Formats: sequence, C-alpha cells, structure tokens
Amino acid sequence: MEAFASISHIILALPFLMFIFLGLFGNKLFKSNPNVAGWIGTAGLSVVAIVSYYIAIQYFWFEGKGSDSYQQFVLFNYEWLKMTDNLVISIGFMLDPISAMMLVVISTVSLMVHIYSLGYMHGEEGFQRYYAVLSLFTFAMMGLVVATNIFQMYIFWELVGVSSFLLISFYFIKPSAVAAAKKAFIVTRFADMFFLVGILILSYYTNTFDFLKLTAVSDGHATLVNNTMCGMTFMGLSVTSIAMFLIFLGGAGKSAMFPFHIWLPDAMEGPTPASALIHAATMVVAGVFLVARMFPVYFFEAHDVLTIIGYIGAFTSLFAAIIACTQTDIKRVLAFSTISQIAYMFVALAVSGYASEHEECLGYTASMWHLFTHAMFKACLFLGAGCIIHAVHSNEMNAMGNLRKFMPIAHITFLVSCLAIAGIPPFSGFFSKDEILVAAFEHDKVLYACQAFVAGLTAFYMFRLYFRIFWYSENPAHEHHTPHEAPMNMNIPLIVLSVFTCFTWLDKVFPFFPEKITADRVGYELETNWTIAIASILVAVVGIAIAWVLYKEKNDKPDMIAGKVKCLYISASHRFYIDEIYLFITRKIIFGGICVAIAWFDRHIIDGFMNLLAWISRELSYDIRDVQSGNVQQYAMGFLLGVLAIALFAIYY
Amino acid sequence: MIPVEAYLVVSTLLFFIGVYGFFVRKNLIGILMAVELILNAVNINFVVFNRFLYPDHLEGYMYSLFVIVVAAAETAIAISIIINVYRKLSNIRVDSINELKN
Repeated sequence: MEAFASISHIILALPFLMFIFLGLFGNKLFKSNPNVAGWIGTAGLSVVAIVSYYIAIQYFWFEGKGSDSYQQFVLFNYEWLKMTDNLVISIGFMLDPISAMMLVVISTVSLMVHIYSLGYMHGEEGFQRYYAVLSLFTFAMMGLVVATNIFQMYIFWELVGVSSFLLISFYFIKPSAVAAAKKAFIVTRFADMFFLVGILILSYYTNTFDFLKLTAVSDGHATLVNNTMCGMTFMGLSVTSIAMFLIFLGGAGKSAMFPFHIWLPDAMEGPTPASALIHAATMVVAGVFLVARMFPVYFFEAHDVLTIIGYIGAFTSLFAAIIACTQTDIKRVLAFSTISQIAYMFVALAVSGYASEHEECLGYTASMWHLFTHAMFKACLFLGAGCIIHAVHSNEMNAMGNLRKFMPIAHITFLVSCLAIAGIPPFSGFFSKDEILVAAFEHDKVLYACQAFVAGLTAFYMFRLYFRIFWYSENPAHEHHTPHEAPMNMNIPLIVLSVFTCFTWLDKVFPFFPEKITADRVGYELETNWTIAIASILVAVVGIAIAWVLYKEKNDKPDMIAGKVKCLYISASHRFYIDEIYLFITRKIIFGGICVAIAWFDRHIIDGFMNLLAWISRELSYDIRDVQSGNVQQYAMGFLLGVLAIALFAIYY
Repeated sequence: MIPVEAYLVVSTLLFFIGVYGFFVRKNLIGILMAVELILNAVNINFVVFNRFLYPDHLEGYMYSLFVIVVAAAETAIAISIIINVYRKLSNIRVDSINELKN
C-alpha cells in the first residue's frame, strides 16, 4: 500500500506539471520545432499510463482483495479547506474497483489520443497549446475519478469542463467553434449548478463530503444518509430524493442526457482526437461514474430517482439513436451514437440491484463494463473518422464512398468497432450490451424493449455510416484527389484500440472485468444469458442487413423511405428542433420577455431611486455651498452668533 | 465714586464697536484697529474687576500689561503682512485677498 501511495501522486502531479510546462513555456521553447512539445506530452502520459496500469493490476490481482470483497483504499488525502471539524474539503486519491478501472480507461485512451495527435495535429497553429490542454484534461479527469469526496469531484468536474471548453474552441478563429464552445460551457455549467445545490443539500444534512462515509452500507441502508435525512420532506418530496436528483442533473449535463444533450453534437467543432478523448470516451461518462459512485445512496435512499434516471436514459438513447440515423456529418452521427450509448449505461445502473448474490447487481457491472468497452470502441471510431476526414478533407458523408481500397487499416479497425457497437460477438460491445439487456429484461420489460430496439437502431446507423464511407459508389471527387492512408502514428492507436475492442471480453487477458466491479465490491462469476444474447444478435443482424440493402451501393431506396416518413425524417434530421426550442425559450421568452421587464424595472425603479438620491444631494449642496465663502468676516459673524447663542443658553437655562 | 457698572458699560460699548468694525470694515487697517478696540475693552475689564474685587492682588493689572505687549507685537506682524499685501495687490481690501479660492 505504501508503495502505491507514493507512486499514485505521479498520476495527478505529472499531467499537471506538463500542463504548466507546456502551457507556459511550450510556445517559446519549441517555436522552431513544435513536435517536441507533442513528444514531451506523449512521453509524460506514457509514464502516467504505466503507473495507472501497474496500480490497477496490483489492485485487482493482489492488493485489493479483502476477505470477501474488494477494499476501498484512500492512498492519500490532503486537507485543503476546513469548514467545520467534520466538513472538510480535501484532495485525495481513492482506489476502489471503479476508480481503478477508470484509471485504465483514461490513461489508455488519453495515451492513444496523444500519439494519434502527433500525426493529426501536425503543423497546426497552436500545437503546443493543444498538448498543454490535453494534459490539463488528463489531470482533471484523473482527479475526478479518484476523488475521495464529492467536493473534490466537483472541483475536477469543473476542470474537465474548462479543458473541454478550451479544446472545442481550439480553432477559435472559426465563429462556429467559438459558439460551440460557449454552448457546451454554458449548458454544462447550467447543469452543474444543480449538482452544486445537490451537494450542498446533501452535505448540510450529512455533515460530510466523504464518499466513504456517504456510501457506507449496513442492513440495507446507506447508513449515514438514512440516519440524517430519513423522513425529511420538502414540498411533499423526500429531501434525499431531491438532493440525489439534483446531483444526477449535474451528471446529466456532463453526460449529455436529454434535455441537456444539445451541446455534445456541436462540440464536434473541436479537433477530432480531442472529441475522441473528451466527448466520446472519458469526460462524457463522468455522469455515469458519478451515479455509480453514489450508487448505494441512490439505490437504498432514493430509489425513485434511480427509476427516473432509467426512463430518462431510455428516452435519450432512443431519441439520440433516431437522430443518428438521419445525420450526414460523420462526427455528428458518432456524437449522437455516444449520447445513445451513455444513456444505455444510465439505464443499466437504473435496473441494477445492490448485492452480488444471484447476479442481482448485474446492471451495475454491465454499466461499468459498457463504459469501458464503449470508451475503447468509440475512441477507435472517432480516431478512424479523424483519419477519414484527414484523407477526404470533409466531414460530410457525401464526400466519401468506397474508401476501403484507399485506407485498409482505417477500414478494418472501423469495421471491428462498428461490429462491437452493434453488438456482434465476439467483440467487446456484444458482451457488455448483452449484460445490460439481461439486467433490463429481469427488472423492467419496458426498458428492455426500448433498449433492444435501440440496439437494432444502433446497428443500423453504425453500418449506414460504415457502408456509406467504405462501400457505396466511388465519389467522383476522388479521381482528382486520391485519398491516402494515414501516417503510422495515426494508425497505431487505431490498431491498439481495436485490439482492446476484440479482447476485453477475455477477462483472463485483461484482469479488470467484469465480475470484479460490483456495487458491493464482491466479485462473482458472470455467465452469458444466451437466450437474450441470441435475440439481441438477431436484432443487430437485422439492423446491419437493412443498412447493407440501403447503403451498400448507390440507390434510391433511402430517399424513397425518407419520402414515405417525411415528417419524421425531416424533424429527426433537424434533431427534433430541440436547439430551436432552446433558442426560442432563451431568446424570445427569457431575453425578449422576462428580461425586458426586469431591465425596465432596473433602469427606471432601481436606477431612478439612485438618481433621485443624487439629485437631492446636488440641490442641497447648491443651496448650502454659499456658507463656505472664504470671507473671514462672515465666519467671524457666525462665530459670534454661535458664542452668543451658547451664552444665552448658559444664562437662561 | 464711579460705580462699577459705568466702567462695564464703557467696556461693553467699546467691545461691540470693535466687533462691529471687525465685521464691516473692508480695509485691513480698519480691521486691525477694530481688533485693538476689542483688546482694549478686555483690558478695561481686567483692570476694573481687579480693582473692585481683589484690590490687594495684581494679576488683573499684570494681564492687561501682558495683553498690551502682545497686541503691540501682533500689530507689528499684521502691519508687515498688510504692507506685503499692498505690494502685491496695490490695495488692502480684505475681499481682494482670495488667491487660494477657485
């Protein structure tokens, strides 16, 4: 343990130091050769990755095993802000199954993105800044997942938001990038406000921020929360439920759940590798991680909230999947796919039980497992999309077609990832998605039906994307400009990530998954339920088959189908006008209606009162300023009158 | 014997003549003269009260002498200031000395 405690500092300190170094000195030191900044960032992150893997392996195989469950270690915990004796904000490092898993996810994807960016971002203006912000992001994300208390999590939660903002607005000369960055920041900040209120309510009653205390369970209750908050109500609702729902809203903002999903598709304005890291694999699953971290409280004390989370998740996954079928910008398809898959994870948490016996906590395990596999294959898809964009210089599907003969490596890795996300065995996504469906089937048939349908839609839109990019008819533009395979430093990450995608199901190869990650941290043996598995494979195959018929070659069937369901198609391709509704609410109702009244009140009542005060003092001062004439004789007269008055007073009283 | 009230009436008249002069004169020399009148009114009071209340003490006389000495010194300084004012402004009207104003 002591060995852990000292090396675990590296995970937080090294990315932070690299951020400081590259951010402050990167531009000056590496002006002539910016690639050095990239190499330094990549080298530093390799060290972080090695340490993370070492800690995770040691934890899962040796150190973490307690007598009957995996232990939660606090490797270090520095007191930072002491509010009362109990209420202390500290910065620490907590190691338990989910944080150990997240260390692996973050360091792997981040390292791959660092390597990939060496090629993808080569020669870009602001190369050093890009690497500095990547380091900042890695630091913040690591700090978020290892947080020992909810306030530390909140601090790093905002830091990942900042680095997301900086990366989306990387091309800040483009107005659309600036607008997207602002949108992302405002929407997530708006949601984080609820998160903060939730934290404050929770800590007001429980008088602690500490996760270990908050999530301690005994006798079927989250003890501390149950003792301090049980029976409290506010406007007829349980205070615990309100607090936990507000905390979930913070997570919904970061994880782009409906109705906070609007920022994620626009966030694709950032560089593609940054999208892969932040807006596909790691930051956007922070909300899932948050709910998983507080899972005992949700499950025992606010189970109604967990049910709501399940339905929000199911709706979002369906909603985003339908939109994804109609988008033509390949990064936007992937963005909506990300929203849909994250919603899957929320559903999985919502249908989970707590105890590991009889596989009751299957949903929890499946959710975390899907988080892991999704991070790998979605990062791979995004990086592959980056290669394609790099080759054809466009995000639009229409500029692509028949790219498989030009880009074999991108083709194979993209195919593997598509099969994984569609849920075809033996790729990783099949197993994790299947466990989610099993858990949903056992818990709630409505959610199961919805998620199974979404699984089919997922297979369809992913293969629509795949066929449209790599098959279809050759694009005439390619005759003038032949697309070419990406350089090696961009292909290696693709290969590595697709290897993860192929093999994560072999938990003998990778020791992290899945049985070791459970809500009560007791490991168990996981078995694939083949009945449901076969059903979901069939659904996926049908989806793929439809995509094959429609998009393998150029034909008029897609247009024909779109024409038949014109109303649905047009509204889905406009993302169901949610952005327009937001704009209407903010511009017309808030800015145009409420704010005008408030502004009038401010200008005329508040400012008017202040102006009145100023006017009175001015008039008074005009009247009395003649007193101060500078004339000594006048002063002497006043003096005399004063003396006389005092004298008369003294005499007659 | 002349009663004490007669002395006091004289000194009061003298005092208020001085005060009046101090208020209304615009000429610096006039103001100075008015101040001298006030001081002399006080001197009369000192002497009279000493004479009538404590005939065997000398403090009242001493104080009136002291006031006369100080008044002489003060007059010397005041006149030197007035001369300087006259050199600078070519007049000695009190309301023309307002250079620090505005």
